[in-house]
Amino acid sequence: MTRTKIATVWLDGCSGCHMSFLDIDGALLDLADRIDLVYSPLVDRKDFPDSVDITLVEGAVSSEDDLAKIRKVRAHTRTLVAFGDCAVTGNVPALRNSVGAESVLRRVYLEPDLHAPQVPNLVVPALLNVVKPVHAVVPVDVFIPGCPPSAKTILYALTELLDGRMPDLSNRTRFGA
Amino acid sequence: MTRVVTLKIDDIDATGREDETVLEVALEHGIQIPRLCALEGLTPVGACRLCLVEIEGTGRLLPACTTRVAEGMVVKTNSERLRKYRRMTIEMLFAEGNHVCSVCVVNGRCELQDLAVRLGVDHIRIPYLYPKRAVDASHERFALDPNRCVLCTRCVRVCGEIEGAHTWDLMSRGIDSAVITDLHTPWGESDTCTTCGKCVQVCPTGALFEKGMAVGEMTKRASFLATLAASREDGR
Amino acid sequence: MAIDTVGALPDENGKQRLIVLEHAGKIDPEDIEAYMAVGGYATCSDVLQSMTPAEVIEQIRNSGLRGRGGAGYPVGLKWSTVAKAHGSQKYIVCNGDEGDPGAFMDRSIMEADPHRVLEGMMIAAYAVGASRGYLYVRAEYPLAIKRLKHAIKQAEKHGLLGINISGTPFSLSLQVRLGAGAFVCGEETALLASIEGRRGQPRPRPPYPAESGLWGCPTLINNVETYANIVPILREGAEWFASIGTERSKGTKVFALSGRIARTGMIEVPMGTTLREIIYDIGGGIPDGRTFKAVQTGGPSGGCIPAAHIDTPVDYESLKQVGSMMGSGGMIVMDDSSCMVDVAKYFLEFCMTESCGKCVPCRVGTAQMYGLLEKISEGRASLDDLALLEDLCDMVANTSLCGLGQAAPNPVISTLRYFRDEYMAHIVDKTCPAHVCPVSRKEAVR
Repeated sequence: MTRTKIATVWLDGCSGCHMSFLDIDGALLDLADRIDLVYSPLVDRKDFPDSVDITLVEGAVSSEDDLAKIRKVRAHTRTLVAFGDCAVTGNVPALRNSVGAESVLRRVYLEPDLHAPQVPNLVVPALLNVVKPVHAVVPVDVFIPGCPPSAKTILYALTELLDGRMPDLSNRTRFGA
Repeated sequence: MTRVVTLKIDDIDATGREDETVLEVALEHGIQIPRLCALEGLTPVGACRLCLVEIEGTGRLLPACTTRVAEGMVVKTNSERLRKYRRMTIEMLFAEGNHVCSVCVVNGRCELQDLAVRLGVDHIRIPYLYPKRAVDASHERFALDPNRCVLCTRCVRVCGEIEGAHTWDLMSRGIDSAVITDLHTPWGESDTCTTCGKCVQVCPTGALFEKGMAVGEMTKRASFLATLAASREDGR
Repeated sequence: MAIDTVGALPDENGKQRLIVLEHAGKIDPEDIEAYMAVGGYATCSDVLQSMTPAEVIEQIRNSGLRGRGGAGYPVGLKWSTVAKAHGSQKYIVCNGDEGDPGAFMDRSIMEADPHRVLEGMMIAAYAVGASRGYLYVRAEYPLAIKRLKHAIKQAEKHGLLGINISGTPFSLSLQVRLGAGAFVCGEETALLASIEGRRGQPRPRPPYPAESGLWGCPTLINNVETYANIVPILREGAEWFASIGTERSKGTKVFALSGRIARTGMIEVPMGTTLREIIYDIGGGIPDGRTFKAVQTGGPSGGCIPAAHIDTPVDYESLKQVGSMMGSGGMIVMDDSSCMVDVAKYFLEFCMTESCGKCVPCRVGTAQMYGLLEKISEGRASLDDLALLEDLCDMVANTSLCGLGQAAPNPVISTLRYFRDEYMAHIVDKTCPAHVCPVSRKEAVR
C-alpha cells in the first residue's frame, strides 16, 4: 500500500495547532500506518519535497520568509489545508494590522528605554506590513478553523482526507474554538 | 379588530395575527431565521439583512423582522440564494471589524460566531479591512470595544426605548459609522448613562462587555428584555 | 431686478419642448406678480373653485405623469393612495434634495420659478387633503432656499397660503427645511426622518409614506420637477399632456447635460427623444474631434450607455432595458478619453461615502467593491477579484435596504456589460486603454 504523503508547515502561529495534532494520542499510531510524514517541524528535513499529497499549514503569512515558503508549499502540494485560526483568519498575528508592522517594531524595539535600541534586521526575515490569512496569498482547499482545532476535529478531517472525502467541518469547529 | 391570517412559511401552514411580523410567526411555528439586529422587545429596524426572506409575488427580498404577515402569503426562508447572501453578509461583518474570536470575552457565546457556524462560513473570502478603532474603557463597570461592533444598534435602541436614557447613538456614516455615548464623550464621563447594563446584555458580540472578564467568560443575558417589554405592554 | 437665472439651452434644431421650464430665465423669480402676469396661480384658483379633489386626481392619473425623482412611480396612483389613507392630519413634502453628481435640474427650477413649485404643491395638497407641507432642500442650494422662502412669504401675503385659501375651506401652510447635504436624504424615508429631526437613515418599506410618513401620518412626497408639471396638466388638460411623449412615459423630461459635450446646460425634451438627438442636435456633439463613447444617465444609481445604443429613446422603460435608468435627470457624456473602470470607480466612491451605514450590504459592500475597483485600476487585481466584484454587485443590489444601496452596483454592472474588455485590459494586460488609471502610469515608468 502506498502511504499518503503528508507535510505540516509552521508559519506565524504559536504552534498550538501542532500541539493539538499531537494530542490525538493513540490514533497517531493508526495514522502512522497510512501516512508518510515527509516534511514538518516535527521531522528533520530542511527542504520542502517536490510532491506532497496533503499539507497542513499552521500560522498566518507575516514575513517575507512566510510568503516564499507558502508559495513553494502550494506549488508542490495537492491538497492544501489552512490549519487553525491563524492560517484561516490571520487571528492573533493579524492583530497588528490596524497599526502596521512599522509601529509595532518601533513600540517593541525602540520606544522602551534600552541601552542600544535597534530593530533586528540580521538573520530574522522582514515583516510584511499586513499579515494575511493563507487563502489571501495562495488558493486553499480545506479550512479547519479553531484556536486550536480540537484533536478530535483534526483526526476527523485528516481521516476524511485520507479516505478521499472532503471533510464537513460545520458544527465540529468554529473560529476561536 | 386584528384579523387572523393564514400563510405558508417553508411549506408549513402557519397562522398569525395581521399585526405580527413574518419573523414572529415563523418563530411561533418553530422556524428559525438567522438575524442579528432583531431582538424581541426592541423596535425592528431591518438593518442586518440576515433575515431577508423570499415572498412569492414580491420582486424584492424583504426582512422578516419588519414585514407584516398577510393572508395567503407564501414565504421561503432558506433558499440557496438566501443562504448565499447570508454567508456573504456574515463575511462582510467579519471583514469590516477586527473580530478575533480566540481573544474575545464572549468566545463560544457570540451570536456572530454562532451564525458563522450555522451558515457554514469557515473562512472570509472578502478582504479584511483592519480598521483602527480605539477601545473605550472609561466606564467603571463596562467597556466598549468597537473592533467587535456589528452596528446592529441594539444598544442604541434598548437605551432609548427601554431604559429611556438615550446614552447611545450613532455617528458618522457608511463604513465609518460608530456607536457613541452622549455626544461622543467617553462613556465614563456620560451624564445620561444610568449604569443599568442593558446595552451590555443585548449586545450580540463582545463589543460591549463587563470589565474583569477574561476570554470566553462573559455570558449575555438578553432574555430579560422580552419579559420586561411584555410586562410593560400589559400595563403591569 | 435683473433675471439672473438660466433657462434651457438654445434650441436650434427644434428638438426641445419647454413645459416645466416655460418661465425659467424669462420671469423675475422673486416677484410673485411677475409669475401671476404669466397666468400663475390662476390654475390653482380654478381648481379650488371648480374641481373636487377626486377630479384633480383623475386628471393627474389620466395625464400619465410619472414621478420625476427617479423611479417613475405613477403620480396619480400615489396621490389617490394618500387621499384614501386614513388620518386627520396629512402632510405634503417636496423633495428638493437633488444630489446626483452633474445634476442641477431641480435647483434651476427652484431658483428660476419657485412659485411654479408652490402652486403644484398647493394643488397636490388640495387633492390629497394635506394641510401642512415641507420643502426639503439641501443647504448647498442657498439661492433656491432664499427664493422659496421669499415665495412662500409672498404667497401668504396674497392669501394663497394660509387658512381658507381663496375663500374656500382649504388651508395649507408650507415651510422650508434644510438638509445637510447627505445624498441618502433624497431617499424618501430618510428625508422624512431628517424633517422629523432624527438621523437621516432610511427604514424598510412597507409601510410606505403614503400610509405612514411624517410622524406616522399619511404623507405625499414628490420631487421638484413632478410638482412643476402639475400646473400645465390642469391648465391644458390631461389629454394634452398625454399626447406628448411615448406610450408609457408621458410629457417631457428636464436633463442636465454635462461632460464631454460641446454645449452643457439644461434641456427639456419630450419623452422618447433619442440620446443621439440630445447629444448631437441639442448638445452639439463631442468637441475636440474626439469620438463619443458612452453616456451616463441616472446619476450614481444609473448606468453607462455605450455608442451602440445611442438611438435609445429616453423613456423609463427603454433606459432600464439598456441597463441604466431615468433617474432625476443627470446626463454625463463621455468620449474616448474616459476609462470606464475609472468612471465606475468614481460613482462607486460616491455611493460608498454617501452610504448611511445602516445596512450591512451597502455599508460594507460598497467599501469592498471600491477596494476591488482600486485594485483593478492599479493593476493589482486578478480574475478572482473580478469574480468577487461581480458576486458583490449581485448581493448588494439584492439585499440592500434602500435605493441607494440597491442601485450602487449599477455603474459597475453596466460598464462590465458593455466594456468588459477594458476591465480585462486592466486585469490581464495590466494596462489602461484610455491611459487614465494608475496602472498606465506604472507602465510609463517601466
